[in-house]
Amino acid sequence: MFKKDIPPSNRSKVKSSVQRGLRQKLLETYPGFEPFIEDIMPKKASLEAVKLPDRVTLYTIDSTPLFFQPIDGPPVPHLRLIHAYPSAIPTIQIDRGAIRFVLSGATLMAPGLTSPGGRLPDAEHALEAGQIVGVKAEGKEEICLVGMLKVGTEEIKSKGKGVVMDEGHYLGDGLWRLHLD
Amino acid sequence: MADTETVTAEQARQIVYCGVCTLPPEYCEFGGTAKKCEEWLKDNQSDLWDKLYSEDALNANLSTLSVSAQERAAKDAAKKEAKAAANEARDTERKAASKIQIKRVERNKRKYVTVVIGLEVFGLENKKIAKDLGKKFATGSSVTRSPAGIEEITVQGDVSDDLRDWLLETHGKKIPESNIELIEDKKKKKSDAPMV
Repeated sequence: MFKKDIPPSNRSKVKSSVQRGLRQKLLETYPGFEPFIEDIMPKKASLEAVKLPDRVTLYTIDSTPLFFQPIDGPPVPHLRLIHAYPSAIPTIQIDRGAIRFVLSGATLMAPGLTSPGGRLPDAEHALEAGQIVGVKAEGKEEICLVGMLKVGTEEIKSKGKGVVMDEGHYLGDGLWRLHLD
Repeated sequence: MADTETVTAEQARQIVYCGVCTLPPEYCEFGGTAKKCEEWLKDNQSDLWDKLYSEDALNANLSTLSVSAQERAAKDAAKKEAKAAANEARDTERKAASKIQIKRVERNKRKYVTVVIGLEVFGLENKKIAKDLGKKFATGSSVTRSPAGIEEITVQGDVSDDLRDWLLETHGKKIPESNIELIEDKKKKKSDAPMV
C-alpha cells in the first residue's frame, strides 16, 4: 500500500465530534486497545488528519502517527503504535525465510505461515477474513507487518497456499519512513 | 498466538529503533545497511548488541533455514546492500554537483523579486522554506512552478544577500556554502544593446 515514499501533504485538525467517532470506531475494531485508549488518544488532545495517497487518511496526535484508515476500510494502527502496545491486536507469525519478502513489500503468502517457523492461532481462536492482524516473524520479537487478512486462518491451514494478505503496512515502507514535524 | 494475557494498565513500551535504518534493531539485517546498523547498535546500545549479535543468536538464525534458502537470502541481502550503498553514493554526488541558485530578477524599473531554485535536492521543503522566508523578510513569498516545470520560491524584493546568509545560518548543516550561487539577472539596459 505504501511502497513508495509519501510526499509531505496537508494536515488538518479533526473536528472533536469526528474525533469522538473515530475513537469509538477504534475501540470497536480493537477491543485490545481499551485499557490504553486514554494514553493513546486523550480526550483533550487534538487529532490531526494527514492525507496520504490512495485515499488513505492518517491520524496523528502531536506528530505521532496513530493509525490510518483507507476510505473503505477499518482503521489500522500504525506499526509504532503496535510496537508500544503489542498485545492489543491478534498476531500470526511467519517463518524466517519470508521476512525478507515481507519487508520488501510482497504480498503475504500462506506457506510462510503454515511452515514450521510460522504460527497460526488454533481453531478456538481462529481469525476471520477481514480481520486486521499483526504479523510477527520467527525469532523476532516485534511485529513487522500489519494488514487485513484476506482469508480466515482456518482456511489458510486447510489450503496451505495462496495470498493471505494483499497489502499491508510493513517496516520500512513509505508510511514508516514518513516524517511529520 | 492466542492473545489471552490480560493486561491491566500496562505502560506503553519504549522500543529502541535503529538510528541508521529506523527499523527495530532485530530487523536491521533486512534493511540493506546491515553493517552500518550493527556498528551503530554497538556504539549506542551495547546491551542490545550483545543480545542480537552474539554468536548463539547468529547460529540460531542460520540453523532454521535450509542451505539453499540461506544462500539465496545472503545473495539477496548482498544485492540489497550494494544497491543501498550505490544509492547513497549517487545521492551525495548529486548533492555535491547541484547548486542552489538565488536569482535577482528585475520586475519593474527598480523593483526586484528574488527567485530561489534547487533547495529540494538538499532535503529542504520548498513550501516550508517559503513560509519562513516570508516571515523573516516580512514580504510575500511563494512557491511557484516555473515554465520548465521546476518548483521555485519567489520572494518579493531584493533580498538575495540576506537570503543567502539566512540559508547558511539556519540550514548551514545541510548546505555547503560553495553550493550557493548568486545571480543578478538584470534586464538588458539600453546601453548594452548593440549600437545601430
